Amino acid sequence: MKLKTLLMGAIATSAMAPAAFAERGSDGNVSIIYWQAPSIMNPFLSGGTKDVEAASMVIEPLARYNETGELVPWLVEEVPTVENGGVSEDLTSITWKIAPGIKWSDGTDFTSADVKFTYEYCTDPEGGCAQVTKFEGVTSVETPDDMTVVVTFDKPTPFPYGPFVGGESPILQAAQFADCMGAKAPECTEQNFNPIGTGPFVVTEFRPNDVITLKANDNYRDPAKPAFATVTFKGGGDANAAGRAVMETGEFDYAWNLQLAPDVIAKMEEGGKGKPVAGFGPLVERIMLNQTNASPDLPEGERSTRAHPHPFLSEPAVYKAMSMAIDRPLLVEVGYGQAGKVTCNWVPAPAIFNSDTFDCSTQDIEGANKLLDDAGFTDTDGDGVREVNGVPMKILYQTSTNAVRQDFQALIKDWWRQIGIEAELRNVDSSVFFGGDPGSPDTFQKFYADVEMYANTFNGTDPQSYLGNLLCDKAPRPETQWQGENITRFCDEAYDALHAQLAETAGSEERAKIGKQLNDMAVEQGAMIPLVHRGRLSAHANTLGGVVLNVWDSELWNVADWHRID
Amino acid sequence: MTDTNTYGALQDKEPQKEPRSQWSEVWDQFRRHKGAVWGGGFLLFITLAVLIGPYLWTVDAQKLDIRAKDMRPIYVALWDSSAKTGWNHPFGTDQLGRDILAQMLSGGRASMSVGWAAMLIALLIGTLVGVVAGYFRKLDGPLMRFTDLVLSLPILPLLLVAVTLFRQPLVAFAGSPEGGMFILIVAIIGITSWMQTARIVRGEVLALKEREFILAARSIGTRNGAIIRRHLLPNVLSPIMVSATLGLATAIITESALSFLGVGFPSDYPTWGKLLADAVPRMERFPERVMLPGIAISLTVLSVNYLGDGLRDALDPRIRGR
Repeated sequence: MKLKTLLMGAIATSAMAPAAFAERGSDGNVSIIYWQAPSIMNPFLSGGTKDVEAASMVIEPLARYNETGELVPWLVEEVPTVENGGVSEDLTSITWKIAPGIKWSDGTDFTSADVKFTYEYCTDPEGGCAQVTKFEGVTSVETPDDMTVVVTFDKPTPFPYGPFVGGESPILQAAQFADCMGAKAPECTEQNFNPIGTGPFVVTEFRPNDVITLKANDNYRDPAKPAFATVTFKGGGDANAAGRAVMETGEFDYAWNLQLAPDVIAKMEEGGKGKPVAGFGPLVERIMLNQTNASPDLPEGERSTRAHPHPFLSEPAVYKAMSMAIDRPLLVEVGYGQAGKVTCNWVPAPAIFNSDTFDCSTQDIEGANKLLDDAGFTDTDGDGVREVNGVPMKILYQTSTNAVRQDFQALIKDWWRQIGIEAELRNVDSSVFFGGDPGSPDTFQKFYADVEMYANTFNGTDPQSYLGNLLCDKAPRPETQWQGENITRFCDEAYDALHAQLAETAGSEERAKIGKQLNDMAVEQGAMIPLVHRGRLSAHANTLGGVVLNVWDSELWNVADWHRID
Repeated sequence: MTDTNTYGALQDKEPQKEPRSQWSEVWDQFRRHKGAVWGGGFLLFITLAVLIGPYLWTVDAQKLDIRAKDMRPIYVALWDSSAKTGWNHPFGTDQLGRDILAQMLSGGRASMSVGWAAMLIALLIGTLVGVVAGYFRKLDGPLMRFTDLVLSLPILPLLLVAVTLFRQPLVAFAGSPEGGMFILIVAIIGITSWMQTARIVRGEVLALKEREFILAARSIGTRNGAIIRRHLLPNVLSPIMVSATLGLATAIITESALSFLGVGFPSDYPTWGKLLADAVPRMERFPERVMLPGIAISLTVLSVNYLGDGLRDALDPRIRGR
């Protein structure tokens, strides 16, 4: 009897231990692996997700999105709305009230001056700030007192949560970055690698493109957090190795973005050391159709620009047939399993923005062939490839190097062959493809191919700026150093006008209606062929508790709550 | 008193052996090296298999059959009767239902032809540079410094740059992406692996050209070209042969490494390296997909190395007969 009581007592103590003894740094070290290595800790100087997420452990925004896509106050007392008076009636200004008692990791107070400084830092005309779109339309940031920030916009802005919200728009310390304005920003290596932040951790050593070591922030606002004393943040390798390191060998506690085939993930899970977690945001794997001619015969500077329209890809019969020939359920099964859904839309989430105009869940090779025949695009020379006005329908189909994407390429090439379109496959290393180097011909922005496949998404729950990606003036071209989000070079005046209307519309119902119309226009007019609505799949060790996968913000958004479970 | 009588004691009592040609001597010596014979036999077998194989096994290597995906090789049925196997795919199929035997055959074709072509190019350049540098003293310095320079070029970054620069023009020139990449890869491997040959040949030529027979040839007025062709080249044949076989092995491995890294041939065009790379994520469930191309690469390279070893012994008259 005594023994039993003793045992019961022991069990009860151990069960309550995490709650009872929760204190900062009590759980030792946590190791995180990102197979793309961060190169900088300042998200304003890099658009890469890896950099933004690594930095999110150190520097924080005023408010961020939680796992359901809701805005939650982070460094402020509440999220300003029209109802609570934080957003002005005419929708031209927003007032943030900073929560009291927040300190930087060097012990100084966090004030509104830091917020104002961050705005000035990013909008400095001499500097190239990667997140400058977050501050679009902002005319001024005022600080009536130490705890109040007023952001004013140049016109009514129904969605004023761009600046200082989400992992891509954190606050920098004014004192630390004061000498790093404008053109000097990239030269401040010390500051960019070791930013002083309000987050749960501080950098102890930063090795670019390799390992970051961090320790708990002594001045973090919650005295019981973070549970871990140190963080080892390893970058590099590939998704396969990262998945194994967490789920099979248990060397790491958290692996980010495992784009691997479902049977591969399932096999890793059998290792028993960890488990995958999936969440659905607006991430869509799609095939972008080049509206312009990418022929290598054209001179450099005119290739893939609007000066030369594509010989056949903008024919409705062609892109519709290409879409009909694709068996999307099979693609989901082969490539993503639980972490994928069939979609015909460019904006599949949040739910109110998901259009139901199209149905593309069944493959129809015959229908596609008929569509092409009826349009008069037939195989005139008998080589199995159709011709459009004498141009054979041969296309170059490029994507990044990834096992799942190469499987997709092989399948889709086969289906297109059955409708008389010949595809040449090409894959480019991801760091080059997504690298954005204007000197390289292989970037996805340059789009020196007829079609290309990749995935894209947006942060937060409002797709306005994401829908703005297809505006005429956003096309990458030589004059913009090949930067720009309108990868397909789609251009339609009606689309531009409707998007301008969206920017002035308040009320979520009305916005959703316009958003769906924009989505339908883009798909109907053949800017892209959406394939799979992808979930984000990461994995964590069984002994790591508190992980809440967040697809609307940085995955490390709640790293302060992570703890060890036995 | 004839000469015959005087020197009668020196006459052969028996009839002389049939005179033997150099090549039958070489063959005799070569046969004694077991490894070389095996290596040569295996190389012949692989070469014939990839040349004739696709005509006997007519399944298209790139044909997708998603219903028959993830089949195991037929031998798995020996110990696991529930495994998905079938004689229609004796080596099984991959995750998209492509036949692995057909992929091995056409993949071998690509790997072997890259290997042979790149080796020939390297050999040609290497011998030329080596002989010229060794024979003409004035050119020795510049040519060998140039060799050092090329030796310091890293092949992989060079290839990445070359793929970026020359891909489109070569694809247009060859008429197909596979053809264009073939030319590119062969050319790059060829022009970055001739240096060893050049150094070895130069060393040999430097030693040979001071020998008496060269002096004799020169003294009767033989021209440089003829000296090189008649006297030098036959004597450096054995190191050339050896570096040729090593070069073939290196070229096959380099091509595999490139496919493994995802640069090079289009992703649906099978080569042994590509098969290997594609199979790595599923290595535990389908070990054969890694083993088959891996074994093919290893055995080919090994057999070529043994062949080279045997050829060196056979071609060198000083070693021959020992």
